[in-house]
Amino acid sequence: MSETLSARLSHLAVLEAESIHIIRETAAEFANPVMLYSIGKDSQVLLHLARKAFHPAPLPFPLLHVDTTWKFREMYQFRDSFTAKLGLKLLVHQNKKALAEGMNPFDHGSQKYTHAMKTQSLLEALALHGFDAAFGGARRDEEKSRAKERVYSFRDRHGQWEPRKQRPELWNLYNGRIDAGESMRVFPLSNWTELDVWHYILKERIPVVPLYFAAERPVVDRKGQWIMVDDERMRLRPGEKATMKRVRFRTLGCYPLSGAIESSATNVEEIITEMMEARVSERQGRLIDHDEEGSMELKKREGYF
Amino acid sequence: MTAALQLNDKGDLQRFLAEHYEKELLRLVVVGSVDDGKSTLIGRLLYECNGLFEDQVAAVKRASAGEEIDFSLFTDGLRAEREQGITIDVAYRYFSTRRRKVIVADTPGHIQYTRNMATGASTADAAVILVDARLGILPQTRRHAYIASLLGIPYLAVSINKMDLMDFDPAVYARLTKEFDAFASTLGFEQVRYFPISARGGDNITQPSGRTPWHDGETLLGWLESLPHQRRLDGAPFRFPVQYVLRPNLDYRGFAGQIASGTVRVGDEVVVFPSKRRTHIAAIDTFDGSLGEASAPSSVTLRLADEVDVSRGDLIAHAEKPPVALQYLEAMLVWFGEERLDTSRRYLVKHTSKYVPAHVEQVLWRKDLEALSEVPAESLSLNDIGKVRLVCKRPLICDPYTENRKTGAFIVVDPLTNDTVAAGMILGAAGEAGDQEARSLISAEERRARLGQSGAVILLTGTPEVQTLAPRLERALFDQGRHVVTVRGDAENALALAEAGLLAILYTPFRRRGWGCGINSAAPVSPGWSWIPPTSWSAR
Repeated sequence: MSETLSARLSHLAVLEAESIHIIRETAAEFANPVMLYSIGKDSQVLLHLARKAFHPAPLPFPLLHVDTTWKFREMYQFRDSFTAKLGLKLLVHQNKKALAEGMNPFDHGSQKYTHAMKTQSLLEALALHGFDAAFGGARRDEEKSRAKERVYSFRDRHGQWEPRKQRPELWNLYNGRIDAGESMRVFPLSNWTELDVWHYILKERIPVVPLYFAAERPVVDRKGQWIMVDDERMRLRPGEKATMKRVRFRTLGCYPLSGAIESSATNVEEIITEMMEARVSERQGRLIDHDEEGSMELKKREGYF
Repeated sequence: MTAALQLNDKGDLQRFLAEHYEKELLRLVVVGSVDDGKSTLIGRLLYECNGLFEDQVAAVKRASAGEEIDFSLFTDGLRAEREQGITIDVAYRYFSTRRRKVIVADTPGHIQYTRNMATGASTADAAVILVDARLGILPQTRRHAYIASLLGIPYLAVSINKMDLMDFDPAVYARLTKEFDAFASTLGFEQVRYFPISARGGDNITQPSGRTPWHDGETLLGWLESLPHQRRLDGAPFRFPVQYVLRPNLDYRGFAGQIASGTVRVGDEVVVFPSKRRTHIAAIDTFDGSLGEASAPSSVTLRLADEVDVSRGDLIAHAEKPPVALQYLEAMLVWFGEERLDTSRRYLVKHTSKYVPAHVEQVLWRKDLEALSEVPAESLSLNDIGKVRLVCKRPLICDPYTENRKTGAFIVVDPLTNDTVAAGMILGAAGEAGDQEARSLISAEERRARLGQSGAVILLTGTPEVQTLAPRLERALFDQGRHVVTVRGDAENALALAEAGLLAILYTPFRRRGWGCGINSAAPVSPGWSWIPPTSWSAR
């Protein structure tokens, strides 16, 4: 097959080329990189770009899922079938100590829960395997403190982010030099927006978890957010009863902390249409972002993505 | 996001999707002094181009003190920034126009954050500089324009902001644009445009303003949409830094990388640097299949016709218009390090896909960012910009930055702290010109003051006796308390020493044609020293 790439590339082609450059650069410069895989749409795009970067060779790094054990059941099914189909190496890490202590999103509040099951768990996993670079699918358009994030985000020995001490990043010359114990978070999707991600999923026919598409699901209303009752662990408050609603998710996290939106979009084209008409940001459905003003920045300083 | 889009049928959606795919990427940097209204301008661009969501707008409405929306609150993201009401770090924002997706680098205005401005400017296709109409063109405005031109941004929009506070007076606007134009003509911009705006009022930003009937009606957004795109990449020679060698099996050996500039086709003759081995392009591979040709900035994988040894850090280029291999080079540096540049220390230079040990042999001059003049300097401190002579342990396969922003750029890394301490732009090979420039930086007056004497060349010519005469003369002058050296045969060296304030006894046993000329012609440019002919000496 012979095709001509236009000398005037579309912005998606430019973003794709830039992301592939970043992924290859990281794989070349770090001894032991890993790609974080959260099963969401951004992870799917990131993984797709990584496969493009090394084709026809296999990925030169494994995937890591930091599992809180509270993901939607459909996410676990998707994770296992998708990675098995592509023959990808997948590591799953859970914070066993916190789980043994009974950590859950209901009793401990979203802040403590996120710190233990996501931040602490991630740092544990990185240390356990000695990973020196970890790809993440975060985008700068998600949240204001993310807008300040570098593509190569340096973390000290304790996995902490210090916004005032970020390395200047010029051209496409990334400085990946670190000392033992330090690590880098690498964000190849930095310059993508939510709309770019969906356009790319459509264009490249990238599979995503069916939870992104509207279906009748059992939900309860919590502070104006539709929370799905995904399994028997969901704690219903007195008088609360799950009702069936036609909903979908714009962002996927732990099911008790992910708000669904009412929707009838059943495919990617309809999602894009809906996005163009609805004008609410995707992170509005993320309860953990709204704990307090600047809460994402504080989480990131501690080691959260 | 596109405003109030109504998709009525499948055809509408397909058209919309097609339009979105065809959008080009434009990278923009917005700069200005503190309180020039930069955050407000960016906030308004995002708001009016629907780059914001309702909940974000609602959050800002809650946080805004008065009735009006404080647009600047859309952008300052860090806690310290909100506390201090300033922008500290470069941040990136996104919005779309009908034709373009725009990445905005929002950079701090304070001079102590010059490094962040350079960061934002390094990838930008266009720059917007804000001028407060009440304050006029400030040194800061000129500084920002200088840095934008230094980083190679071709297009500049000078936005005269807060025109509402000057009653949209065309005379104010005319005076400021004229003043800036005189300065801008000394910089290398391809295009400079002016806009009378009010970021707070929304005048001439996305909509033409009824309050500036004397303006041609062009808006800032209209200008952004009209800019030529990827100009520098299209016609440039082919450059391909090898990032990664793909070797999934014994039959496949591909060189992966991002095309830095130009276009490559299957069958093209190429040269691999630094080995200078010639071969042909056998295939251009991608995940989606093989291509007949590919252009910058695509990330592709090249296979070569011959078994050539190629590894990460090598560069593949067309045989015509090849890059240069430079080990001694002159470059502009923007210094980022908390610690000063140390000319006795070894640094690491990252250029394309490789690190090379290097040291700065000499700082030729530093840019005085207040006066924008070149001043003598021994070193560079945080946020300084200067010209240096750089010596690399291995040659960089490069082009001048003005010709190629990818192969002409590098960063400097401190190997001890791993910090990125400078950004560099390659000017070209280091030559004699460098020494000349360095010499002229310390004035003869300064040297005279330190040594307590004027420099001079004492010329002894012709006869064999000078060989015995010169040492005696040197002894005599030394005993008189003068700083003196003897130079045999080399007029250039003698001149340099004299310029440094020394008495240089220059002698040669043989008269050589033309050498006396060198002294005479150099004399007028260095008024601090004088040529003492041998006759005047023997008279003493």
